[in-house]
Amino acid sequence: MLTYATRRLILSIPTLLFISFVIFMLLQLAPGDPMAQVPLTVPPEVKQKMREALGLGQPPLVQYWKWLVQILWIEPQVLIDWLTRESWLLGWLPDTNLYDGQLRVISWQTRSPVMDIIIQRIPQTLTVVGIAYIVGILIALPIGIYSAYRQYSVFDQAGTFVTMIGFSVPPFFTGPLLIVIFSVQLGWFPSIYDTTHVVTDWASFKVQLQQMIMPVMVLALQITAQLSRYMRASMLDNLNQDYVRTARAKGLSEIVTVMVHVLRNSMIPVVTVIALGVPAIFGGAIITEQVFKVNGIGQLLITALFANDLPMVMTVTFFFAVLIVLFNLIADILYGVLDPRIRYD
Amino acid sequence: MTEPVVASPATDEVAIEALRDREPSRPPRSQWRDVWDQLRKHKGAMFGAGFLLFITLAVLIGPFIWTADPQQIDIRNKDMRPIYTALWDSGAKVSWAKPLGSDQLGRDQLAQMIAGGRASMAVGWAAMILSLVIGTAIGVIAGYFKRLDGPLMRMTDLFLSLPILPLLLVAVTLFRQPLRAGFGPEGGMFILIVTVIAVTSWMPTARIVRGDILAIKEREFVLAARSIGTTSRRIISRHLLPNVLSPIMVSAALGLATAIITESALSFLGVGFPSDFPTWGKMLADAVTRMEQFPERVLLPGIAISLTVLSVNYLGDGLRDALDPRIRGR
Repeated sequence: MLTYATRRLILSIPTLLFISFVIFMLLQLAPGDPMAQVPLTVPPEVKQKMREALGLGQPPLVQYWKWLVQILWIEPQVLIDWLTRESWLLGWLPDTNLYDGQLRVISWQTRSPVMDIIIQRIPQTLTVVGIAYIVGILIALPIGIYSAYRQYSVFDQAGTFVTMIGFSVPPFFTGPLLIVIFSVQLGWFPSIYDTTHVVTDWASFKVQLQQMIMPVMVLALQITAQLSRYMRASMLDNLNQDYVRTARAKGLSEIVTVMVHVLRNSMIPVVTVIALGVPAIFGGAIITEQVFKVNGIGQLLITALFANDLPMVMTVTFFFAVLIVLFNLIADILYGVLDPRIRYD
Repeated sequence: MTEPVVASPATDEVAIEALRDREPSRPPRSQWRDVWDQLRKHKGAMFGAGFLLFITLAVLIGPFIWTADPQQIDIRNKDMRPIYTALWDSGAKVSWAKPLGSDQLGRDQLAQMIAGGRASMAVGWAAMILSLVIGTAIGVIAGYFKRLDGPLMRMTDLFLSLPILPLLLVAVTLFRQPLRAGFGPEGGMFILIVTVIAVTSWMPTARIVRGDILAIKEREFVLAARSIGTTSRRIISRHLLPNVLSPIMVSAALGLATAIITESALSFLGVGFPSDFPTWGKMLADAVTRMEQFPERVLLPGIAISLTVLSVNYLGDGLRDALDPRIRGR
């Protein structure tokens, strides 16, 4: 298992390099000039100098190499420095001082390091997406288990219908619908997610809870729809197996049979699906963030795209790619760990 | 059923008689008839197929029945409410001339819904067909030619680890201008969106088709075909493709649903079709800012997208059950 994990980890490096190269070349092909907003009175030779200051004068391959060095060598140095200087986790270590002022990946919009902005935005996305994922899992698993146990019952039919709706109704429709009902008509929740809100006491916690309910519910509906289908199918596969009959025959109670014997075996594929779904949820949250004006990483990508901020777009997209490759790896390893029948070596 | 042996001179004839095939009690049934019978039992699938047919006919024939121009600006009759609003609000600004109301520029909503549905369905079908063609071709080639299997499947894995929605956004935003210059604002956008959706969604089809081809090409009938000198091209087109038709049809249904949703999502995020070219997603996105006063402008396109996708999903679900011979007949 360890050799398999190591091999996969090493294989993921060329994959990520290739993906970053594809994204970079795609962005190179794009028309659009970061100097388009500069006033026309600025003479062309000054514009050329400004372009070179942004790192645009050189051939694409050199630019790609410089981006790689910045993202894989200089940014980790900055991160390690920060860890040993300010973080509570490793702050007791002596300051490493690895970073000595090399150029980092600079955003064309704000002229500040891209990584700093991404680090600022991640918590917002993570609170909404993370909580939605947990809520979705908590709703989906019981629904899946019960509708498999009572297959073709009224509950199962209703569950199937609800999951079909969760599949089919897109978040950019459920979002505005919830806003119209709950913030316009009923006035229960705010329609805009306030990312500057700080939780200090019970009252502010309630406000935080209120503003999170709608985005979390929109995302959780989609997660629930997918997961409960998987859970149901996986439970159905296991419920007809011989070992279930054995368990019943030796007099185990129905609860123990279903909730221990069948559930543990059915969870194996579901756990991997949960792991595989994490990056997809990050990507899908782009729309939800846009609807509820969450100041997260998806919103960052969209504003950067419209502002033609290529370093930012490149880095954020690469971040998504890293998430996908990482969670694919985690899913494969989890599968091997949980299911003793799977042998990778 | 054999004849009683009475006085037949030769016992051979009896043996031959016993070996003869009995007449089938019913005429043989084709596979597709079985599939249809099974599909008809699936209520959701029948509802889905019916609604899909209705929507398709509505957007195809609709413009000939409701001849109002969706682009006609009629500023005097702007912000009309749908006719059913009069049921509870007698003071509402309604008119039979505009059954679903009009938007802030007075454009007829019913005509816009029809035109928008036309665009959405066209994008959905075109993207789905293109993605199926790419997926099937790569799946068949990877499954049939052993030498190409490794590279093609690695490529599929790579595509699967691309971040799809961010890449879609990047591609559409960046290539909007050149394609618009080349093919006109609507044509360029149509080509771009269809290609981009197809290029990022063929991977599941390719994987399923490759798996099935790998299993089928080892069967005896393929060996027989090869032994009489059939070329690879003929084996693929005559023997392999008809046998992988059912998984392709299921992924076609799912592909249509995703394509419609993706196009609407792109329009919603503001990178889809231009504003004067209505699609359902675009109409929804434009109406969100004023949904407090005019909720129907969000609801109508939203419901149209959701119902279409729901019916396609139900149809796909039914097709999967009907095309699976293990489930069929139960």
